[in-house]
Amino acid sequence: MTTVTVEARELTRIYGGREAVRDVSFTLNKGEVLGFLGPNGAGKSTSMKMLTGNLAPSKGSVKICGIDMIENPKEAKALIGYLPEQPPLYRELTVDEFLAIAARLHRVSGSHVKKAVRIAKERCGLTEMGSRLIENLSKGYQQRVGIAQAIIHNPMVVILDEPTVGLDPIQIRDIRNLIKELGGEHSVILSTHILPEVEMVCDRVQIIHKGQMVFNGSIDVLKQQRHGNKLLVGLSRAPADEELLKIPGITGVESMAGGLLRVRYAEGGNPAELLVQAAVNQNWGLYQIQPDQTSLEEVFVQLTFQEQAA
Amino acid sequence: MIFNITRKELKSLFSSPMGWVVLALLQFVFGTFFLNGIEQYFQTMSGAIRPEQRIGVTEFVGANIFGIASFVMLFAVPLLSMRLISDERRQQTLTFLFSAPLSLTEIVVGKFLGLVTFLSIVIFFLAAMMSTLNFWAEIDFGYIAANVIGLWLLVASFSSLGLYVSSLTQQPIVAGIISFIALFALLLLDNFMAGDPTGTMSYLSLMRHFEPFSRGLLDTRDVAYFLLFIVTFLTLTVRRLDADRLRG
Repeated sequence: MTTVTVEARELTRIYGGREAVRDVSFTLNKGEVLGFLGPNGAGKSTSMKMLTGNLAPSKGSVKICGIDMIENPKEAKALIGYLPEQPPLYRELTVDEFLAIAARLHRVSGSHVKKAVRIAKERCGLTEMGSRLIENLSKGYQQRVGIAQAIIHNPMVVILDEPTVGLDPIQIRDIRNLIKELGGEHSVILSTHILPEVEMVCDRVQIIHKGQMVFNGSIDVLKQQRHGNKLLVGLSRAPADEELLKIPGITGVESMAGGLLRVRYAEGGNPAELLVQAAVNQNWGLYQIQPDQTSLEEVFVQLTFQEQAA
Repeated sequence: MIFNITRKELKSLFSSPMGWVVLALLQFVFGTFFLNGIEQYFQTMSGAIRPEQRIGVTEFVGANIFGIASFVMLFAVPLLSMRLISDERRQQTLTFLFSAPLSLTEIVVGKFLGLVTFLSIVIFFLAAMMSTLNFWAEIDFGYIAANVIGLWLLVASFSSLGLYVSSLTQQPIVAGIISFIALFALLLLDNFMAGDPTGTMSYLSLMRHFEPFSRGLLDTRDVAYFLLFIVTFLTLTVRRLDADRLRG
């Protein structure tokens, strides 16, 4: 059974006559990781602020587990853990002190505060940092403290705004694993402009451009678009195109720079095996064959560009 | 929930040297004036021969020290209140509070109580110091109580105004200077309006309402004035923060 945890309807935010976000609607189910993609200034952070009740939408509504954010903000906020773009940390406090405050403010009962702090620290790899001042931690550890404060009360929905900015590759990997793990029991909304990250951790993707949603669907759809039905083939003694077209499944051949051929094939059948066999039999000198992937960047550019043209 | 915010504020104050230094300095200033007051009392009283010239030690020392305290607080409160919201705004930690299941009123009242609790410590030490006179004289506890209540209300009013000013800006220093000037003007309003002591403007003066307390007089009109003053500025602060959410 799927339960809807976040329901945003026609969210619109107007800043001085300019629409920063327009008619953004989506729902999120329990256990899903939703990636929020978009170029700079697309309205990602604005949307997130509206989802967490930090900013009142000009129009539209947000419901967290069925509780309306505008009518009943306290109840709705209790179900959310939020890490803003800039982690909100009291630098003069130690990690333990800060997390205890975060736990208490998020209604963790007095007797459970210690336990909650310990668990959050374990999950974010902060166990040894408990008595250090936040001020003295490196940027990566500060980011982790930010994530720890967002998950300390075991919220239904975790909203992370660019959580991996400024981290080193190892920390990025740790945090991605953590996000995947969170996706198991919480719903996670993740904003980023790093595309491979989305592919790695998200179940669903939303692309927002100039305040409007241009793509909303499962990550598989995006991957589909990405893979296309194309092979990149390198033959040192390439035959005429007609020869290649004889191989069942192949629908088109075009030459590319560097002597490579781009071979298109019909949906469903991958002629790679037949192609290799033909190449060996007829001594075409095959030296390279690989699926021709449109990079995620290209898909992204296409999606954001299409909308502009329309 | 309000209590949690208060606790957080106190923790912030005491985890930096700021809180301790202010406490120590205030105590030093009040202690010095207390000692001076007692010394002067002996000098003055040894010269006062006729009975009507003689006044009690509580009133003599108390008037001196509570008068000074109200003046010193004029500097101390803006110094402490200036960071309350402006600094959170600058460090972007206000989001942390806004995202927590708290109403704006809880946040504002919590912060206000945090500061007032801190200042209550100062006032408590002051009262304790005055009470030590009881070891060798019979002192007027009613007079001290009225002064303490008056000073406490005055300081709470200062704090609420400081909190409001702090919510207007991102720069703690700007907030500090503006609150200081505003408080200074409010405190001395009746001096400027000396020609017309019954006018509305001079009625708004904080000093005018503190003065009966310092004579040992507990007047509900003055208590009501201070309470209204506090509620007004706390409400304004809530409105200001709400505007943040609405206008962004």
